[in-house]
Amino acid sequence: MPVTVKTFTSTHDAAAALSSDRSARYLGGGTLVMRALNEGDISISTIVRASDHAMTRIDASGSRITLGAGVTFARILAERELGFLHGPARSIGGPAVRNMGTVGGNLFAPVPYGDFTVAMLALDAVVSVQGGLGGREIPIDEFLQSRDRQTGVLVLAISFAKPGSAEAFRYRKIARIKPKGGAVITLAAHLPVNGSRIVGARVALGSMAPTPIRARAAERALEGRALDTSTIKAAAAAAVEGTSPSDNALASAWYRREIVGVHVRRLLSGQE
Amino acid sequence: MAKTALQFQHNGRDVAIFVDGGTNLLVALRELIGDMTPKFGCGQGGCGTCSVLIDGELHLSCLTLAETVAGRSVETLDGIKEGPNLHPLQRAFADNFAAQCGYCTPGMLMAAKALLNRNPQPSRAEVVEAISGNICRCTGYEPIINAVLAAASGGRARA
Repeated sequence: MPVTVKTFTSTHDAAAALSSDRSARYLGGGTLVMRALNEGDISISTIVRASDHAMTRIDASGSRITLGAGVTFARILAERELGFLHGPARSIGGPAVRNMGTVGGNLFAPVPYGDFTVAMLALDAVVSVQGGLGGREIPIDEFLQSRDRQTGVLVLAISFAKPGSAEAFRYRKIARIKPKGGAVITLAAHLPVNGSRIVGARVALGSMAPTPIRARAAERALEGRALDTSTIKAAAAAAVEGTSPSDNALASAWYRREIVGVHVRRLLSGQE
Repeated sequence: MAKTALQFQHNGRDVAIFVDGGTNLLVALRELIGDMTPKFGCGQGGCGTCSVLIDGELHLSCLTLAETVAGRSVETLDGIKEGPNLHPLQRAFADNFAAQCGYCTPGMLMAAKALLNRNPQPSRAEVVEAISGNICRCTGYEPIINAVLAAASGGRARA
Protein backbone atom coordinates (compact mmCIF):
# COMPACT_ATOMS: atom_id res chain seq x y z
CA MET A 1 0.00 0.00 0.00
CA PRO A 2 1.49 3.38 -0.95
CA VAL A 3 2.57 5.61 1.87
CA THR A 4 3.18 9.33 1.99
CA VAL A 5 6.83 10.37 2.15
CA LYS A 6 7.61 13.69 3.81
CA THR A 7 11.14 15.03 3.69
CA PHE A 8 12.14 18.04 5.81
CA THR A 9 15.34 20.03 5.94
CA SER A 10 14.85 20.92 9.59
CA THR A 11 14.71 18.35 12.37
CA HIS A 12 12.19 20.57 14.14
CA ASP A 13 9.68 20.23 11.28
CA ALA A 14 10.36 16.49 11.00
CA ALA A 15 9.71 16.08 14.73
CA ALA A 16 6.48 18.04 14.45
CA ALA A 17 5.33 15.78 11.59
CA LEU A 18 6.20 12.68 13.64
CA SER A 19 4.48 13.79 16.82
CA SER A 20 1.28 14.86 15.07
CA ASP A 21 0.69 11.57 13.23
CA ARG A 22 0.47 8.25 15.04
CA SER A 23 1.00 6.31 11.80
CA ALA A 24 4.20 8.21 10.90
CA ARG A 25 7.63 6.58 11.22
CA TYR A 26 11.01 8.16 10.85
CA LEU A 27 13.10 6.57 8.08
CA GLY A 28 16.81 6.40 8.87
CA GLY A 29 18.85 3.77 7.04
CA GLY A 30 15.76 1.79 6.08
CA THR A 31 16.74 -1.53 7.64
CA LEU A 32 13.78 -1.45 10.04
CA VAL A 33 11.12 0.74 8.43
CA MET A 34 11.53 -0.47 4.82
CA ARG A 35 11.54 -4.03 6.10
CA ALA A 36 8.23 -3.35 7.86
CA LEU A 37 6.77 -1.86 4.66
CA ASN A 38 8.00 -4.84 2.61
CA GLU A 39 6.21 -7.11 5.07
CA GLY A 40 2.99 -5.13 4.54
CA ASP A 41 2.88 -3.32 7.90
CA ILE A 42 -0.30 -1.27 7.49
CA SER A 43 0.28 0.66 10.74
CA ILE A 44 2.71 2.89 8.80
CA SER A 45 1.06 5.35 6.44
CA THR A 46 3.58 8.19 6.51
CA ILE A 47 7.36 8.13 6.26
CA VAL A 48 9.21 11.13 7.66
CA ARG A 49 12.79 12.01 6.72
CA ALA A 50 15.12 14.83 7.71
CA SER A 51 18.05 15.94 5.58
CA ASP A 52 19.70 18.05 8.32
CA HIS A 53 23.47 17.42 8.28
CA ALA A 54 23.59 17.54 12.09
CA MET A 55 21.93 14.11 12.03
CA THR A 56 25.05 12.55 10.46
CA ARG A 57 27.70 14.39 12.48
CA ILE A 58 30.33 12.61 14.59
CA ASP A 59 32.04 14.59 17.34
CA ALA A 60 34.77 12.41 18.83
CA SER A 61 37.41 15.04 19.50
CA GLY A 62 36.90 15.51 23.23
CA SER A 63 36.24 13.29 26.23
CA ARG A 64 32.52 13.30 25.47
CA ILE A 65 31.52 11.69 22.18
CA THR A 66 28.39 12.61 20.23
CA LEU A 67 27.07 10.50 17.38
CA GLY A 68 24.29 11.92 15.20
CA ALA A 69 21.34 9.53 14.96
CA GLY A 70 21.95 9.09 11.22
CA VAL A 71 25.58 7.97 11.62
CA THR A 72 26.01 4.54 9.99
CA PHE A 73 28.02 1.65 11.39
CA ALA A 74 30.36 1.88 8.37
CA ARG A 75 31.18 5.47 9.39
CA ILE A 76 31.98 4.35 12.93
CA LEU A 77 34.31 1.69 11.52
CA ALA A 78 36.08 4.39 9.48
CA GLU A 79 36.67 6.57 12.54
CA ARG A 80 39.96 5.81 14.31
CA GLU A 81 38.93 7.77 17.43
CA LEU A 82 36.04 5.33 17.89
CA GLY A 83 38.21 2.20 17.90
CA PHE A 84 36.55 0.90 21.08
CA LEU A 85 33.22 0.81 19.20
CA HIS A 86 34.56 -1.06 16.17
CA GLY A 87 33.73 -4.41 17.80
CA PRO A 88 30.03 -3.60 18.29
CA ALA A 89 29.79 -1.89 14.85
CA ARG A 90 31.44 -4.81 13.04
CA SER A 91 29.17 -7.35 14.77
CA ILE A 92 26.13 -5.91 12.97
CA GLY A 93 24.95 -7.29 9.63
CA GLY A 94 27.11 -7.57 6.54
CA PRO A 95 28.79 -4.63 4.75
CA ALA A 96 25.55 -3.48 3.07
CA VAL A 97 23.64 -3.35 6.36
CA ARG A 98 26.55 -1.46 7.96
CA ASN A 99 26.45 1.06 5.08
CA MET A 100 22.75 1.64 5.78
CA GLY A 101 21.93 0.95 9.44
CA THR A 102 22.24 3.87 11.85
CA VAL A 103 23.02 4.45 15.49
CA GLY A 104 19.62 6.05 16.04
CA GLY A 105 17.68 3.27 14.34
CA ASN A 106 19.51 0.65 16.39
CA LEU A 107 17.81 2.07 19.51
CA PHE A 108 14.54 0.72 18.09
CA ALA A 109 15.82 -2.62 16.76
CA PRO A 110 13.96 -5.54 18.33
CA VAL A 111 15.50 -8.80 19.57
CA PRO A 112 17.70 -10.41 18.15
CA TYR A 113 19.05 -7.09 16.79
CA GLY A 114 20.09 -3.88 18.52
CA ASP A 115 23.65 -4.91 19.44
CA PHE A 116 25.06 -1.39 19.23
CA THR A 117 22.47 -0.20 21.73
CA VAL A 118 23.81 -2.75 24.23
CA ALA A 119 27.20 -1.03 23.96
CA MET A 120 25.55 2.39 24.35
CA LEU A 121 23.71 1.19 27.47
CA ALA A 122 26.97 0.01 29.07
CA LEU A 123 28.44 3.47 28.34
CA ASP A 124 25.56 5.24 30.14
CA ALA A 125 24.70 7.15 26.97
CA VAL A 126 22.21 10.00 26.81
CA VAL A 127 19.69 10.14 23.95
CA SER A 128 18.85 13.60 22.57
CA VAL A 129 15.33 13.72 21.20
CA GLN A 130 13.18 16.34 19.56
CA GLY A 131 9.48 16.08 20.36
CA GLY A 132 6.54 18.14 19.20
CA LEU A 133 7.05 20.49 22.15
CA GLY A 134 10.83 20.76 22.17
CA GLY A 135 14.12 18.99 22.69
CA ARG A 136 15.28 17.01 25.71
CA GLU A 137 17.90 14.55 26.85
CA ILE A 138 16.88 11.14 28.15
CA PRO A 139 19.18 8.63 29.88
CA ILE A 140 19.34 5.59 27.59
CA ASP A 141 17.95 3.09 30.12
CA GLU A 142 14.93 5.32 30.66
CA PHE A 143 14.57 5.72 26.88
CA LEU A 144 14.64 1.95 26.34
CA GLN A 145 12.10 1.26 29.10
CA SER A 146 9.59 3.48 27.31
CA ARG A 147 10.75 2.63 23.78
CA ASP A 148 7.32 1.66 22.48
CA ARG A 149 6.07 5.14 23.32
CA GLN A 150 9.04 6.91 21.70
CA THR A 151 7.97 6.48 18.07
CA GLY A 152 6.47 9.98 18.11
CA VAL A 153 9.79 11.64 18.88
CA LEU A 154 12.77 12.19 16.63
CA VAL A 155 16.10 10.92 17.96
CA LEU A 156 18.75 13.50 17.07
CA ALA A 157 21.92 12.11 18.61
CA ILE A 158 23.41 9.90 21.27
CA SER A 159 26.30 10.96 23.50
CA PHE A 160 28.51 9.35 26.12
CA ALA A 161 31.83 9.78 27.92
CA LYS A 162 34.76 8.07 26.21
CA PRO A 163 36.03 5.12 28.31
CA GLY A 164 39.16 6.04 30.27
CA SER A 165 41.12 3.08 28.93
CA ALA A 166 40.83 0.39 26.26
CA GLU A 167 40.38 -2.39 28.87
CA ALA A 168 37.58 -0.49 30.64
CA PHE A 169 35.10 -1.22 27.83
CA ARG A 170 34.33 -4.76 26.74
CA TYR A 171 31.89 -6.21 24.24
CA ARG A 172 30.86 -9.68 23.21
CA LYS A 173 28.16 -10.93 20.84
CA ILE A 174 27.18 -14.57 20.77
CA ALA A 175 25.84 -15.56 17.34
CA ARG A 176 25.40 -18.91 15.64
CA ILE A 177 26.66 -17.65 12.28
CA LYS A 178 29.96 -15.82 12.01
CA PRO A 179 30.80 -13.18 11.01
CA LYS A 180 27.13 -12.32 10.57
CA GLY A 181 23.98 -13.32 12.40
CA GLY A 182 21.32 -12.31 14.88
CA ALA A 183 22.38 -12.49 18.51
CA VAL A 184 21.80 -15.38 20.86
CA ILE A 185 22.85 -12.84 23.49
CA THR A 186 24.92 -9.65 23.43
CA LEU A 187 27.02 -8.35 26.33
CA ALA A 188 28.84 -5.09 27.00
CA ALA A 189 30.57 -3.89 30.14
CA HIS A 190 32.13 -0.62 31.21
CA LEU A 191 34.42 -1.04 34.23
CA PRO A 192 36.16 2.21 35.15
CA VAL A 193 38.91 1.54 37.70
CA ASN A 194 39.99 3.91 40.47
CA GLY A 195 43.17 2.61 42.11
CA SER A 196 42.46 -1.10 41.80
CA ARG A 197 38.72 -0.88 42.52
CA ILE A 198 35.88 -0.72 40.00
CA VAL A 199 33.85 2.47 40.37
CA GLY A 200 30.65 2.87 38.33
CA ALA A 201 30.40 -0.67 36.92
CA ARG A 202 27.97 -1.09 34.02
CA VAL A 203 26.96 -4.43 32.54
CA ALA A 204 24.42 -4.44 29.69
CA LEU A 205 22.70 -7.41 28.09
CA GLY A 206 20.94 -7.80 24.75
CA SER A 207 18.31 -10.48 23.92
CA MET A 208 17.76 -11.08 27.66
CA ALA A 209 14.57 -8.95 27.72
CA PRO A 210 12.38 -7.23 25.11
CA THR A 211 14.91 -4.34 25.08
CA PRO A 212 18.59 -4.22 26.09
CA ILE A 213 18.79 -4.14 29.91
CA ARG A 214 21.35 -3.49 32.62
CA ALA A 215 22.41 -6.48 34.72
CA ARG A 216 22.14 -4.53 37.96
CA ALA A 217 22.86 -7.46 40.27
CA ALA A 218 26.09 -8.18 38.37
CA GLU A 219 26.98 -4.47 38.56
CA ARG A 220 26.50 -4.57 42.36
CA ALA A 221 28.78 -7.61 42.58
CA LEU A 222 31.50 -5.66 40.74
CA GLU A 223 31.11 -2.26 42.38
CA GLY A 224 33.97 -1.22 44.68
CA ARG A 225 35.87 -4.46 44.17
CA ALA A 226 39.00 -5.49 42.32
CA LEU A 227 38.36 -7.51 39.16
CA ASP A 228 39.65 -10.81 40.57
CA THR A 229 38.43 -14.40 40.26
CA SER A 230 35.99 -14.26 43.16
CA THR A 231 34.46 -10.95 42.00
CA ILE A 232 34.06 -12.29 38.46
CA LYS A 233 32.45 -15.47 39.83
CA ALA A 234 29.97 -13.44 41.91
CA ALA A 235 29.09 -11.17 38.96
CA ALA A 236 28.61 -14.15 36.62
CA ALA A 237 26.32 -15.86 39.14
CA ALA A 238 24.23 -12.70 39.46
CA ALA A 239 23.99 -11.96 35.71
CA VAL A 240 20.70 -13.79 35.15
CA GLU A 241 18.89 -11.88 37.92
CA GLY A 242 16.13 -9.62 36.62
CA THR A 243 16.28 -10.91 33.04
CA SER A 244 13.23 -12.04 31.05
CA PRO A 245 14.46 -13.57 27.78
CA SER A 246 12.14 -15.10 25.17
CA ASP A 247 12.29 -18.11 22.89
CA ASN A 248 13.14 -17.46 19.26
CA ALA A 249 14.62 -19.36 16.32
CA LEU A 250 18.17 -18.70 17.54
CA ALA A 251 17.81 -19.94 21.12
CA SER A 252 15.28 -20.71 23.83
CA ALA A 253 14.74 -18.53 26.87
CA TRP A 254 16.04 -21.43 29.01
CA TYR A 255 19.28 -21.60 26.99
CA ARG A 256 19.82 -17.85 27.24
CA ARG A 257 19.42 -18.00 31.03
CA GLU A 258 21.86 -20.92 31.21
CA ILE A 259 24.63 -19.25 29.20
CA VAL A 260 24.44 -15.61 30.26
CA GLY A 261 26.55 -16.19 33.36
CA VAL A 262 29.14 -18.17 31.40
CA HIS A 263 29.56 -15.35 28.89
CA VAL A 264 29.64 -12.65 31.59
CA ARG A 265 32.49 -14.60 33.21
CA ARG A 266 34.34 -14.84 29.87
CA LEU A 267 33.73 -11.16 29.13
CA LEU A 268 35.06 -10.07 32.52
CA SER A 269 38.05 -12.41 32.51
CA GLY A 270 39.03 -11.30 28.99
CA GLN A 271 38.63 -14.77 27.45
CA GLU A 272 37.96 -15.05 23.75
CA MET B 1 -2.16 8.74 -4.24
CA ALA B 2 0.21 11.02 -6.09
CA LYS B 3 3.33 9.60 -7.64
CA THR B 4 6.71 11.20 -7.18
CA ALA B 5 9.07 11.99 -10.07
CA LEU B 6 12.49 10.45 -9.58
CA GLN B 7 15.68 10.89 -11.59
CA PHE B 8 18.96 9.09 -11.04
CA GLN B 9 21.82 7.46 -12.92
CA HIS B 10 21.29 3.80 -13.66
CA ASN B 11 24.53 2.15 -14.79
CA GLY B 12 25.79 5.46 -16.13
CA ARG B 13 22.56 6.33 -17.95
CA ASP B 14 20.09 9.00 -16.76
CA VAL B 15 16.66 7.59 -16.01
CA ALA B 16 13.44 9.31 -14.99
CA ILE B 17 10.50 7.42 -13.50
CA PHE B 18 7.43 8.00 -11.36
CA VAL B 19 7.21 6.05 -8.11
CA ASP B 20 4.45 5.47 -5.57
CA GLY B 21 5.25 6.60 -2.03
CA GLY B 22 7.17 3.92 -0.16
CA THR B 23 8.38 2.08 -3.30
CA ASN B 24 11.70 0.41 -2.70
CA LEU B 25 14.62 0.68 -5.11
CA LEU B 26 14.45 -3.00 -6.04
CA VAL B 27 10.87 -2.66 -7.28
CA ALA B 28 11.80 0.55 -9.12
CA LEU B 29 14.73 -1.15 -10.87
CA ARG B 30 12.90 -4.35 -11.79
CA GLU B 31 9.36 -3.20 -12.52
CA LEU B 32 9.81 0.39 -13.68
CA ILE B 33 13.22 0.29 -15.39
CA GLY B 34 13.22 -3.37 -16.40
CA ASP B 35 16.63 -4.23 -14.96
CA MET B 36 16.04 -7.80 -13.73
CA THR B 37 19.59 -8.39 -12.44
CA PRO B 38 18.96 -7.46 -8.79
CA LYS B 39 16.81 -10.25 -7.32
CA PHE B 40 14.10 -10.27 -4.68
CA GLY B 41 15.04 -12.71 -1.94
CA CYS B 42 13.79 -11.98 1.55
CA GLY B 43 12.76 -8.31 1.57
CA GLN B 44 14.26 -8.09 5.06
CA GLY B 45 17.97 -7.40 4.52
CA GLY B 46 18.92 -10.95 5.35
CA CYS B 47 19.95 -12.49 2.02
CA GLY B 48 21.81 -9.85 0.00
CA THR B 49 20.68 -10.89 -3.48
CA CYS B 50 19.20 -7.43 -4.14
CA SER B 51 22.60 -5.74 -3.48
CA VAL B 52 23.48 -2.75 -5.66
CA LEU B 53 26.09 0.01 -5.47
CA ILE B 54 24.78 3.47 -4.63
CA ASP B 55 27.48 6.08 -5.26
CA GLY B 56 29.91 3.16 -5.15
CA GLU B 57 28.73 1.91 -1.75
CA LEU B 58 27.10 -1.50 -1.28
CA HIS B 59 23.41 -1.16 -0.36
CA LEU B 60 20.40 -3.45 -0.19
CA SER B 61 17.98 -2.17 -2.83
CA CYS B 62 14.95 -3.83 -1.18
CA LEU B 63 15.52 -1.74 1.98
CA THR B 64 16.28 1.48 0.11
CA LEU B 65 13.43 3.93 -0.35
CA ALA B 66 13.57 4.65 -4.09
CA GLU B 67 13.23 8.41 -3.58
CA THR B 68 16.48 8.51 -1.60
CA VAL B 69 18.57 7.80 -4.72
CA ALA B 70 17.42 11.00 -6.49
CA GLY B 71 20.42 12.47 -8.30
CA ARG B 72 22.68 9.63 -7.25
CA SER B 73 24.39 6.85 -9.17
CA VAL B 74 23.01 3.30 -8.95
CA GLU B 75 25.08 0.44 -10.32
CA THR B 76 23.63 -3.05 -10.79
CA LEU B 77 25.02 -6.28 -12.16
CA ASP B 78 23.60 -5.31 -15.58
CA GLY B 79 26.17 -2.51 -15.74
CA ILE B 80 29.34 -4.42 -14.96
CA LYS B 81 29.76 -6.37 -18.21
CA GLU B 82 32.31 -4.84 -20.55
CA GLY B 83 30.61 -4.65 -23.93
CA PRO B 84 30.11 -8.21 -25.17
CA ASN B 85 32.67 -9.49 -22.64
CA LEU B 86 32.08 -10.68 -19.11
CA HIS B 87 33.55 -8.65 -16.27
CA PRO B 88 36.65 -10.40 -14.80
CA LEU B 89 34.59 -11.23 -11.69
CA GLN B 90 31.88 -12.87 -13.81
CA ARG B 91 34.57 -14.82 -15.73
CA ALA B 92 36.12 -15.95 -12.44
CA PHE B 93 32.71 -17.03 -11.09
CA ALA B 94 32.17 -19.17 -14.21
CA ASP B 95 35.70 -20.63 -14.14
CA ASN B 96 35.49 -21.49 -10.44
CA PHE B 97 31.97 -22.99 -10.49
CA ALA B 98 30.87 -20.23 -8.10
CA ALA B 99 27.24 -20.31 -9.26
CA GLN B 100 24.89 -23.27 -9.08
CA CYS B 101 21.27 -22.12 -9.04
CA GLY B 102 22.54 -18.57 -9.57
CA TYR B 103 20.00 -16.73 -7.47
CA CYS B 104 22.57 -15.27 -5.06
CA THR B 105 25.06 -14.50 -7.85
CA PRO B 106 24.01 -10.89 -8.66
CA GLY B 107 24.37 -9.92 -5.00
CA MET B 108 27.60 -11.86 -4.57
CA LEU B 109 29.11 -10.14 -7.62
CA MET B 110 28.10 -6.66 -6.44
CA ALA B 111 29.47 -7.34 -2.94
CA ALA B 112 32.69 -8.64 -4.49
CA LYS B 113 32.90 -5.61 -6.78
CA ALA B 114 32.43 -3.24 -3.82
CA LEU B 115 35.33 -5.02 -2.11
CA LEU B 116 37.70 -5.02 -5.10
CA ASN B 117 36.96 -1.35 -5.88
CA ARG B 118 38.43 -0.29 -2.54
CA ASN B 119 40.80 -3.21 -1.94
CA PRO B 120 42.10 -4.78 -5.19
CA GLN B 121 44.17 -7.45 -3.38
CA PRO B 122 42.04 -8.69 -0.48
CA SER B 123 42.95 -11.52 1.85
CA ARG B 124 40.72 -14.58 2.13
CA ALA B 125 39.36 -13.26 5.45
CA GLU B 126 38.50 -9.94 3.81
CA VAL B 127 36.60 -11.73 1.04
CA VAL B 128 34.65 -13.75 3.63
CA GLU B 129 33.79 -10.53 5.47
CA ALA B 130 32.78 -8.78 2.23
CA ILE B 131 30.25 -11.46 1.24
CA SER B 132 29.04 -12.11 4.80
CA GLY B 133 25.76 -10.32 4.10
CA ASN B 134 25.01 -12.57 1.13
CA ILE B 135 23.48 -16.00 1.54
CA CYS B 136 24.16 -18.89 -0.85
CA ARG B 137 22.36 -22.19 -0.27
CA CYS B 138 24.10 -24.17 -3.06
CA THR B 139 27.84 -23.74 -3.23
CA GLY B 140 28.96 -23.82 0.40
CA TYR B 141 30.70 -20.47 -0.30
CA GLU B 142 34.19 -21.89 -0.97
CA PRO B 143 33.97 -21.67 -4.79
CA ILE B 144 32.68 -18.09 -4.46
CA ILE B 145 35.56 -17.08 -2.18
CA ASN B 146 38.02 -18.74 -4.57
CA ALA B 147 36.45 -16.94 -7.54
CA VAL B 148 36.76 -13.52 -5.89
CA LEU B 149 40.39 -14.23 -4.98
CA ALA B 150 41.07 -15.43 -8.54
CA ALA B 151 39.54 -12.27 -10.01
CA ALA B 152 41.60 -10.18 -7.60
CA SER B 153 44.88 -11.78 -8.68
CA GLY B 154 44.05 -11.24 -12.33
CA GLY B 155 42.84 -14.74 -13.07
CA ARG B 156 45.78 -16.52 -11.45
CA ALA B 157 44.70 -19.05 -8.83
CA ARG B 158 45.75 -18.16 -5.33
CA ALA B 159 46.04 -20.15 -2.12
